[in-house]
Amino acid sequence: MNPTIIRLTARALLGRRRVLLLLPMPIILIGLTLLGVAGEDEHVTPSEWGPLVFSNLGLAVILPLTALIVGSSALGLEIDDGTITHLITKPLPRSEIILSKLLVAWLVTTAATAVPLAVAAVIAGSGTLAVGLVVGTALGALAYSALFLSLSVMTKRPVAVGLVYIVLWENLLVSFVDGARVFSIRQHATAIADAIGDTPLISSTMSVTTALTMASVFVVAGTVGATRRLRSFALTGEAN
Amino acid sequence: MNTVELAGVSRWYGNVVAVNDVTLSIGPGLTGLLGPNGAGKTTVLHLMAGLLAPSQGEVMIGGEPAWANPAVYRELGLVTERESVPGFLTAWEFVLAGAKLHKLPDPAAAARAALDLVDLRDAQDRRISTYSKGMRQRCRVAAALVHDPDVLLLDEPFNGMDPRQRMHMMELLDGMAGQGRTIVFSSHILEEVEQLSGTVQVIVAGRLAASGDYRHIRRLMTTRPHVFTIASSDDRLLATALMGEPSVSGVSIAEAGLQVHTSDYGAFTRALAKLARARDIRLTAILPSDESLEKVFSYLVTT
Repeated sequence: MNPTIIRLTARALLGRRRVLLLLPMPIILIGLTLLGVAGEDEHVTPSEWGPLVFSNLGLAVILPLTALIVGSSALGLEIDDGTITHLITKPLPRSEIILSKLLVAWLVTTAATAVPLAVAAVIAGSGTLAVGLVVGTALGALAYSALFLSLSVMTKRPVAVGLVYIVLWENLLVSFVDGARVFSIRQHATAIADAIGDTPLISSTMSVTTALTMASVFVVAGTVGATRRLRSFALTGEAN
Repeated sequence: MNTVELAGVSRWYGNVVAVNDVTLSIGPGLTGLLGPNGAGKTTVLHLMAGLLAPSQGEVMIGGEPAWANPAVYRELGLVTERESVPGFLTAWEFVLAGAKLHKLPDPAAAARAALDLVDLRDAQDRRISTYSKGMRQRCRVAAALVHDPDVLLLDEPFNGMDPRQRMHMMELLDGMAGQGRTIVFSSHILEEVEQLSGTVQVIVAGRLAASGDYRHIRRLMTTRPHVFTIASSDDRLLATALMGEPSVSGVSIAEAGLQVHTSDYGAFTRALAKLARARDIRLTAILPSDESLEKVFSYLVTT
């Protein structure tokens, strides 16, 4: 970890207008939670609206999209505008660069998703779900950040490739092929939140062991892959 | 720790060869990497800076491989051509961050010294996005110099600078070369290299076309055959007179006037006016027909 890289990355991420993209999603989440709670008076059960808001919106849309925006920007913006040369022409171990970037992406994603989800859970009246969601989101955010950070070093279009993963793999393929869920970070996050939360507001069929193991695989593979790729990172596009 | 060596280095992108079997060795002092646009100068500099893997051959900085070896950056500084600076930082923050990333014992002192060197202390607390092009360039030079490297590589450092900034940068580079550093800069403008003198590596179409002392290369360039198109009141009379001149190697008569080939630029231009006047011929046009830099370079390649 390198405090200078961490500080510069945080400033670059939070200082750009792009960060405003993160705002509308939590507002919608909390708004829908209020609607759900209000609906309970009119015989809507928690198991009917809960999974829709917390799982289908919170963990399936808000978490991956936030992680995608943040994770692909943490290093990707520097690659895009060429300022990456300042960073790679320093005598630093490449793992130090990647781990620092990962830490910032993880913290920003977790803060932007876990907080609104916890608030929504408290509004829904479940303190344990709030805890479960914070832990589940934190784990999911780490795995997603590692994945999208590595994509930003490996492809020129990390956002497009990341969207393909979220939309095609996590949403479409998982509903057709059951085994595909093992490689879905969303399922890992849901499993943890469900295990801790223990309420009908959220449900998962994956075991905690599987979720933890597979999420770790994403974190390790993403970090190692990104580090190795950065080690032989060649400047392109401006060579004449 | 301050030599830059390329041994049989080639670099290709798919089917396109950007650098073709270049072998050169650069020691302390100022060295210009000269060549027309698209000749492969940037690729050569990026190879030297370890930002590109050679497809073939070896690139060494102070005896260490440049590629995939972050340790070389302790003694290497690079200023790229692309004007990429994080505009949201001030020059002070930017250079200080560089010093910290180099893990220098006293980053603040190093940042101050580097900003002093490029004369940017007065503006150091303004955001880089408010800077002029020349100031940004100096800011990037300060960041590349903050760790006091033995080798400094600059890609087209004078591009887009006004004459005063250019002068300032030249003095700066000259001074640093005087301290025993190895400074390599690329340029496609002959005069820039001429003013800085020193040694020159000429790159044309990815190959090393000429290498060595600037004056030697300059002589090669001035003794090469020149072609002039000349129009006058009596082309035929002028042609017979010109053939008597030792500096003229050939004359042909064309519709637009005379095509004169000369092997000695200086002697010919001095003799022409006298010769015409003695025979009462009026010169109406004298056009040097091959003065483009590419022609000069291609001449060097073929000799």
